Amino acid sequence: MNDARPTSWLQLANPAVFNRWADRLLGPLVIVTLGLFAYGLYGTFFLSPADYQQGDTVRIMYIHVPAAWLALFVYAGMVFSALGTLVFRHPMADVAQKAAAPLGAAFTLVCLITGSIWGKPTWGTWWQWDARMTSVLVLLLIYLGIMALWRAVDDPLRAARAVAILTLVGAVNLPIIKFSVDWWYTLHQPASVFRLDGPTIHPSMLKPLLIMALGYLGLYLVLLLVRMKTELTLRRIDRLQRLAAGIPGERA
Amino acid sequence: MAPLSTPGRVPAPALAIRGLAMARGYRTLFRDLDIDLAPGQVLQLTGPNGTGKSTLLRLIAGFLRPDAGTIRWSPLPEDATPGECLHYSGHHEGLRDGLTAHDNVATMASLLGGDPGRAEAALVEVGAGPLAELPVEVLSAGQRRRVALARLLVAPRPIWLLDEPFTALDNDGQALVRRLIATHAEAGGLVIAATHQPLDLPDIRHVSLGGQAS
Amino acid sequence: MNAWTALLLRDLRLARRVGAGAELGLVFFLILVSLLPFAIGADQRFISRIAPAFLWLSALLATLLGLDRLLQADEEEGVLDQFLLSGTPLELIVLAKALAHWLVTGLPLSLAAPLLGLMLAIEPQAMAPLALSLLIGTPALTLIGLIGAALTVSLKRGGLLLSVLVLPLTVPTLIFGATLVKEAALGRPYTTPMMLLGGMTLLMLVIAPVSAAAALRHARQ
Repeated sequence: MNDARPTSWLQLANPAVFNRWADRLLGPLVIVTLGLFAYGLYGTFFLSPADYQQGDTVRIMYIHVPAAWLALFVYAGMVFSALGTLVFRHPMADVAQKAAAPLGAAFTLVCLITGSIWGKPTWGTWWQWDARMTSVLVLLLIYLGIMALWRAVDDPLRAARAVAILTLVGAVNLPIIKFSVDWWYTLHQPASVFRLDGPTIHPSMLKPLLIMALGYLGLYLVLLLVRMKTELTLRRIDRLQRLAAGIPGERA
Repeated sequence: MAPLSTPGRVPAPALAIRGLAMARGYRTLFRDLDIDLAPGQVLQLTGPNGTGKSTLLRLIAGFLRPDAGTIRWSPLPEDATPGECLHYSGHHEGLRDGLTAHDNVATMASLLGGDPGRAEAALVEVGAGPLAELPVEVLSAGQRRRVALARLLVAPRPIWLLDEPFTALDNDGQALVRRLIATHAEAGGLVIAATHQPLDLPDIRHVSLGGQAS
Repeated sequence: MNAWTALLLRDLRLARRVGAGAELGLVFFLILVSLLPFAIGADQRFISRIAPAFLWLSALLATLLGLDRLLQADEEEGVLDQFLLSGTPLELIVLAKALAHWLVTGLPLSLAAPLLGLMLAIEPQAMAPLALSLLIGTPALTLIGLIGAALTVSLKRGGLLLSVLVLPLTVPTLIFGATLVKEAALGRPYTTPMMLLGGMTLLMLVIAPVSAAAALRHARQ
């Protein structure tokens, strides 16, 4: 690429620079994502074999498992953004964080819903207090809390810092929650449960799974960039409206 | 009774503000603000509403961090932060509903390094003696102001930052504020007050905000 | 008397004056316990089985009471400004407030729990562990709540939001605490959950004051 690249990460702090790069990236990213999903879904329904035990229901895995991965990946990204907000005071960090939270919640919800649909034929119930499902449920609750805090605080900068602190506190707690739920589950384990994670996964299943995961990742990045652009536009509108009305935009 | 409003053992430091800038929301309140103040001086802050008088006082108190510039006190007693040498009296009186006037003042005395035993005398001095045992939520706005003023007297601190100290006070109360400020300055204390009321002091410094605001 | 003790004593006195004292929290706890049989029937054996979990849930809810005003009242009335001028680090100030809150909620709850456990037909050998689990675990609940209180300090109606933020984070404490009592009721050793519960409280003792102070500073900037 011969274009003038941003000389530093900080240059992306300028919304105009960010928007230019986002626009340039979005087109190719959409195409790649569509390609990955097309191939991944084809693999899911046609290339990958049915499970000898579960039959065709195993195909839900290709929707379910990448969603679970993304649910965690998005949170990890938000932790990164939270540090950007609190430590480096990078102006784009809180925009990224605000844009990411509902996406993370959506992936978590997809994971729960597909898990529930998968659970019906395998467990015989829509919901089982299984360790993984329970942990993911708590993760969803934390995402919802973060989103609620975003909405409750008016000033974007204040909201960003409060959310950043909550995100970090959540990050410290998540492994403990995971551990405690696993531990709780081993104490209460029902007599016989079909375990979702088989001992090993056959390569013929692994490939479509990874393709689908990459597709999910692409989808996430596309939506993240669009949401970040939207957020920047909204803030610009708010700023112009306040300036036009002569309201200083007091933080208090 | 000996006057309570002596600045205590700690001599007032001098204040040097250099290149101070602060924005609220999308608007710059002030920039390149320089202020020098010596012990015993009184500074009156004026300026239209919304030009940052309260913000400046909160910056000096250390509650806010400036966008640019420095606020320096020298000399400070060893191991002391600027916050430990100053009184701040803002729009909210700092009185907690549910406690009596006396308990409020006594707690503040302990918190701010003063003598809780002087709470009663301080309340008498600000004309709030009869209110001492009443819970502060039943007091009128002017009465609450007076109780808040008692805080300045129970914990001797050399620097006073007063945001609209005359609000809600009757003529008597306003005279009291002027007298307290004058006594404090005479004893070598330093006062910064944001108000448009005349302070009636011989050598008073003025800074008007709003001119510099962009 | 130093500033920290003065602050602690002030909060305790305040709790008594404004009716947020220990008695009322206990009454709330008692009401929850007396509502349980109405909701699930008077089957003593069933009540006995879910009693540890229920007492822990009740403790959780009782701890939430008053948390939304824990820092907010002082912030609104300008008292927090004065705290900051005392020279005491904000981390210690919020810790004093959390301690005061625990002394009027968690502590009396822990001490009264065996009595309520009696009403809920908890196994006799689980009575002491029940009190112990609450004694070790409720400080963690208060401290987690402290973070929520700091995050919602500037919000007019922050009570509900506070619960939404705080409750998911209490999952491990609840699991360790309720398991401790359950194991004890079954006559099994409960050292592991006790250690884990203590670990939770110690961890929160570190995390909560730091995060709450950071949240307060940012809310005021």
